[in-house]
Amino acid sequence: MTARLTAPTPAAGRTAALTRRLREAVGVERVLTDPAQLRTYECDGLTNFRVTPGVVVLAESRQHVIDTVRLCAEAGVPFVARGSGTGLSGGALPVSEGVLLVLSRLRAIGPVDPDNARVVVEPGVINLWVTRDASPHNLAYAPDPSSQQVCTIGGNVAENAGGAHCLKYGFTVNHVVGAEVVLPDGSVVNLGGTAPEHPGYDLLGTFIGSEGTLGVATSLTLRLVRAPEAVQTMLVGFRSVEDAAGTVGDIIAAGILPAAIEMMDALAIEAAEAAVHCGYPAGAVAVLVIELDGPEVEVDAQFAQVEQIALARSAFETRIAQSDAERALMWKGRKSAFAAVGRISPAYFVQDGVIPRTQLPQVLTEIGRMAAAVGLRVANVFHAGDGNLHPLVLYDDAVDGQAHDAEELASEILELCVSLGGSITGEHGVGAEKRMKMAVQFTSDDLDTMQRVRCAFDPDGVANPGKIFPTPRLCGERPGPRTGEHPLQAAGLGEVF
Amino acid sequence: MVVTSVERRPGTAEDAVAGVVPGEVVRPASVQEVAEVLRETQREGRSVLATGGRTKTGWAPPPASVDVLIDTTGLDRLVEHTAGDLVVVAEAGMRLSALQQRLRAAGQWLALDPSEPGATLGGVVSANASGPRRLRYGTVRDLLIGITVVLADGTVAAAGGKVVKNVAGYDLGKLYTGAHGSLGIVVSTSWRLHPLPATRRVVVLDLADPLDAGPLALTLARSTLTPAAVEVHATTGGSAVLVVVFEAIPESVRAQADATIALLGGGRQGDDLPVEFGQRPGGDGDIVLRLAFAPAALPAVLQALPAGTGVTASACTGVAYAALAAENANLLPAIRTALAPHDGTAVVLSAPTDLRRELDHWGPAGNALGLMRRVKHSFDPDGRLAPGRFVGGM
Repeated sequence: MTARLTAPTPAAGRTAALTRRLREAVGVERVLTDPAQLRTYECDGLTNFRVTPGVVVLAESRQHVIDTVRLCAEAGVPFVARGSGTGLSGGALPVSEGVLLVLSRLRAIGPVDPDNARVVVEPGVINLWVTRDASPHNLAYAPDPSSQQVCTIGGNVAENAGGAHCLKYGFTVNHVVGAEVVLPDGSVVNLGGTAPEHPGYDLLGTFIGSEGTLGVATSLTLRLVRAPEAVQTMLVGFRSVEDAAGTVGDIIAAGILPAAIEMMDALAIEAAEAAVHCGYPAGAVAVLVIELDGPEVEVDAQFAQVEQIALARSAFETRIAQSDAERALMWKGRKSAFAAVGRISPAYFVQDGVIPRTQLPQVLTEIGRMAAAVGLRVANVFHAGDGNLHPLVLYDDAVDGQAHDAEELASEILELCVSLGGSITGEHGVGAEKRMKMAVQFTSDDLDTMQRVRCAFDPDGVANPGKIFPTPRLCGERPGPRTGEHPLQAAGLGEVF
Repeated sequence: MVVTSVERRPGTAEDAVAGVVPGEVVRPASVQEVAEVLRETQREGRSVLATGGRTKTGWAPPPASVDVLIDTTGLDRLVEHTAGDLVVVAEAGMRLSALQQRLRAAGQWLALDPSEPGATLGGVVSANASGPRRLRYGTVRDLLIGITVVLADGTVAAAGGKVVKNVAGYDLGKLYTGAHGSLGIVVSTSWRLHPLPATRRVVVLDLADPLDAGPLALTLARSTLTPAAVEVHATTGGSAVLVVVFEAIPESVRAQADATIALLGGGRQGDDLPVEFGQRPGGDGDIVLRLAFAPAALPAVLQALPAGTGVTASACTGVAYAALAAENANLLPAIRTALAPHDGTAVVLSAPTDLRRELDHWGPAGNALGLMRRVKHSFDPDGRLAPGRFVGGM
């Protein structure tokens, strides 16, 4: 914790005045200012980035969100929305002297509308609850990030969360059809709805994945999908990473679209075994978890075909889940992989690069070479079907300089992804962590064009500043009079565009 | 200053867009030439409108002016197709039919089946055109993974990329989908592809009462069947045909077609699609509407239309097209009112020439119209791009 400045800064004075107004609007008990309490919100799932927020508001209603945003706008104080804080790119990293708007208490989940296959939820609803409520109607909410037991729909929307099954089903943006959004000036708009294709721009599609920089959703209309007739899951062990990667390519080339194809390498397998005893094939250098779903006759035929493809690529073990319990165990190994790495390494960086999937073997070879060159280990976990890599760079923070080397390596892996025609993030978001990498993937004209969107939604730059973009920019043209210093300039975050 | 390298000629009646003759037609051959043209129009304060295959120039209200029409069909290159990645990058002036032909050789396709195969990719994106198989594959917003645009001031900007999973930066592709050229000129697109299905089986059921289509579609939606499309071709107050299409491996389509007939209590199956499949109803003398509504509200939507109206509905998706006779133009506000409780909207796609300027093409745009205006202003502050064609007169 950094020492408080003895002389309050202009920004601190503004925050203090805002705190008084927030207490009046949402209730004293929902506004936290105690330094010990504030510190519990200093980071999200990306724990090496920490900022203590100026104030925390624990919203319990839609009106609390509207009031908080409006008061922030009036005071020119930045705000950051937060759900469960499971994000892995620092998207919910607070702004010092800003307001952290916690939405995890907005947990109302509407009745499932089975005929329209829709449900309306508040942003603090946990991802898995939606499928829990939908399943009596044989419906499900498709996006399934590994953190789905704890992450919120609001956070999923902010990051356009994916998951293992997005190979077939798509991402959050494909499953959210409507939203009520509080814009950064405190006004409320309804984007999309129960029906598709409302006249006008697809601002809903633009909002989803904007990482909290365009406003705060207070209500989301989700599209539910029919639970499939059959699901089959196979765990396949390989003695080489190339064979596993080749199998993925062959499955796709055969015209089969699995619900999921996940891959783990030897180090990731070792970690998962140590943590959750998932019983993956002994001696495997790589495993694939392949899941097919759909009509039973189709799944049966294609599943047999997938097994033949794997065997032709020298798979030494193909294990088919005979029950839901066995399927769950296969997935447990995969879904716990990040946390499991903690068992075999004191510390690690999670990365989230994307490559064209045909580049998979080359990328793995190259990552291995880069890791060996700096004497570090990398455990690889992938959504192999869509080329989304999660290299876990292992290091020991007690060893001088290793954290730095690991960070460098993680960074170089992302640049490798971009150089192969990929992306710096497939599902974790850019957040605070990777904003400097945006300039690797995009030109300044690309980034300035994205900022035009930002300027339309948030001309004052008060919604989650310091995220996504390498250089915060102020919107040039502002209607109406302006007095005093811009909040972003005051916070040292901005320069005039 | 005049850009001399770009192919250009004076506009003629044949170049007219919804009755508005452009002052000049340019046909750039590269993204750089598009950028040059836009920089030039910026300097001169001239209005700009882009066309592709000209299959939907009659959609949307007539433009307030077209000083320069950009014919994008010179940008027709397939930039990159890596079959193993199921991804293609193609310039916006490439025709969808030409792209599909190229992809077919690799056993793949772009899973969009709008009624106009001669449309260009840029036109499909800008008009957000879709067809019956949206039920299975979604629409442009679900398949477009990257986009390059030229802004009003000539800036060339890209977003997304050529990988299916990518959350880096704002998804400008969403913003340009259905924007009708009002935010910039789409010059290149990248798409997620699908394998071509092995076989098809079609179930057709004749309905004496179109209103029966709603409950039957709901029965299908509640089942575990996975049709590629469920289409209803109806005449309100008359009869209807329900068409259920399965596209998958042979054993699957046969089993699902049999199950469908059992579930619907009738129907005949075959391999061929009915001729009307994928066609919107109506002719030049009709007002063609695109109706969007909560998917289960199909019966209410059919009841909101006057008797004798031709309707094609993509049941289970909440989208239908209706051919309103010109003499029923005055019923449009009442139709919108009847759809409103179902989150429904009615957009005029095309209308007879004499009605074009009278009709409210878009209808109410909701409480985000102000925000849309700010987006428009941020991208096109002088209002030079496709002026007057978009919602709220933008």
